Amino acid sequence: MTTTAQTAPSAPPAPAAPRRGRTPAAPYALLVPAVAVLLVGLGYPVYWQVVTSMQQFGLAQQFGAPPEFVGLDNYARIFTDDRLWAVVTRSIVFCLVNAFVTVAIGLGLALLMRAVHRGVRVVLQVSLLLAWATPLVATVTVFRWLFDYRTGVVNWLLVRVGFEQAAGFAWLSQTLTFFLVATFVIVWMSVPFVALSLYAGLTQVSDDVLEAARLDGAGPAQIVWNILLPLVRPVLAIVLLLQIIWDLRVFAQIRLLQDAGANVSETNLLGNFIYELGIGSQDFSGAAAVSIFVLLLTVVLSAPYVRSLMKEDAA
Amino acid sequence: MSAATMPVPVTAPTQRQAPARRVSPRRRLGKLSLGLLGVLAAALWAFPVYWMVLSAVTPNARLRSATPTFLPVFFTHRNVEAVLTGSGFAAALRMSLMVTGVTVVCVLAFAFLAALAISRWRFRGRTSFVLAVLFIQMLPAEGLFIAQYKMLSGVGLLNSVIGVSVLYTAAIAPFTIWMLRGFVAGIPAELEEAAMVDGLSRTQAFLRITFPLLAPGLVASGVYAFLQAWNEFTVALVVLPAESRQTLPIWLRGFMSASVNRGVDWAQVMAASTLIAVPVIVFFLFVQGRMTSGLVSGAVKG
Repeated sequence: MTTTAQTAPSAPPAPAAPRRGRTPAAPYALLVPAVAVLLVGLGYPVYWQVVTSMQQFGLAQQFGAPPEFVGLDNYARIFTDDRLWAVVTRSIVFCLVNAFVTVAIGLGLALLMRAVHRGVRVVLQVSLLLAWATPLVATVTVFRWLFDYRTGVVNWLLVRVGFEQAAGFAWLSQTLTFFLVATFVIVWMSVPFVALSLYAGLTQVSDDVLEAARLDGAGPAQIVWNILLPLVRPVLAIVLLLQIIWDLRVFAQIRLLQDAGANVSETNLLGNFIYELGIGSQDFSGAAAVSIFVLLLTVVLSAPYVRSLMKEDAA
Repeated sequence: MSAATMPVPVTAPTQRQAPARRVSPRRRLGKLSLGLLGVLAAALWAFPVYWMVLSAVTPNARLRSATPTFLPVFFTHRNVEAVLTGSGFAAALRMSLMVTGVTVVCVLAFAFLAALAISRWRFRGRTSFVLAVLFIQMLPAEGLFIAQYKMLSGVGLLNSVIGVSVLYTAAIAPFTIWMLRGFVAGIPAELEEAAMVDGLSRTQAFLRITFPLLAPGLVASGVYAFLQAWNEFTVALVVLPAESRQTLPIWLRGFMSASVNRGVDWAQVMAASTLIAVPVIVFFLFVQGRMTSGLVSGAVKG
């Protein structure tokens, strides 16, 4: 990256130009507190993880023996462990299913908001904001109550519409239905961001374009498919990418749902696996190795998103 | 800020601007069913929140009955009282307020200074710093919490407000820097320079001209930092293991688990959830427009 490219033509007529010569130290001084807290809160932990992931950190070290450098042994040990691959596969499948379902429903609602009467749209927007605003812990708690096996509303409703076997069904104690509920939770809480962002993108499409298409005889389906979707494609791509990144790091929702009595080793995702390994079994070097893997994965996946934001910074 | 003034862009729908023409019955039917679909979706998304608040004001005995009640006909404030006076809530509230308060102040101060640096100066290393900030804000807590736990336990800061606040500040500051950068960049430096030509010092010009214009940005960023710190679960779970030092989200988890064996007291659990959620919902409605635009505005502008 070249700093000079920054100030080139795209930059606004260099708002700072007059100051550059006089106070070269000022911007650096202003960055000191932020850089310091980032180094302490994130920089050191990352450094510690890199070092620890290459050290033997066993029982002897718990009692004060100096750690021993073992190179990539921990990575070899962890990445030949079937448990890890089961967790990685599960996390990726779960992440992709959730991200695509969320974006599909979000896109549907965004198009719906465009099509319906103003009153309906405002009601829908307010509901989505309510869902978005609810704190994560409260959300998971409510869903546990909705899916409670004895007096939960969901089971009651299912019995009412004819599924007798739903009476007393414990959703959270079987792996498959556990992930179904987890998907409901995550989709419910993620759709508002997607729907409102896409709707904001859709409102940017000029009415003239649509009117012209309509005069040329395009039907509603053609307008959506050939005009609206291509025009919101940039937003759609970013939103999908963000969902994939966010759904890969699901930890708290799973942890909180597991409290209801699920089989922990069958329902762990990556974050939960690290937690079990580190806090649970005190295998810090193994946990550090998996953490580094997760961090690298995030950086790789985030690159396109960061690039789009950098474009905004240069503009 | 009320829902009506929500900053979600609400531009006039296209249909209205089309020249008035006779709508065929089939089209009207289509429009009607889309409207119904919209109302159904709204109900689906609002219901869990409604159910939380409703259960919070319904006696537990009613919640245990075979048929649920969908209206607040058995209203009671016992649940809320029981939670407020019950074990742990007050302590967790105090802890949450302290952690959130320290975090918000630090985040705002540090992020504001950094935002000023990157939007008012072009300096060597600026691009690298912005790039680093953008990548850092994507890093998941789950990839760092083991190291953060070891770090804090190494210096004896587990279960401390300081320890968790440092981690929160580091996690929240990057996005806040990015958000504030937009606000600062939106205020032309020429305004300040004009004031200086009129005889103010640089500091005076900044305090009298730029700072008041930045107030909305600072408020929005402060609310964002508040929400993040108030809701945070993952890091708090790891670095605040002592029961007496829990923040509200961790306390709620324990509160529910405590009663799980003898059948959860859903009325009180929902009352507790409601108490934690309400301040957040109020603040959120206030700040959300800023957050959406910050996250995707680059893409929206295309």
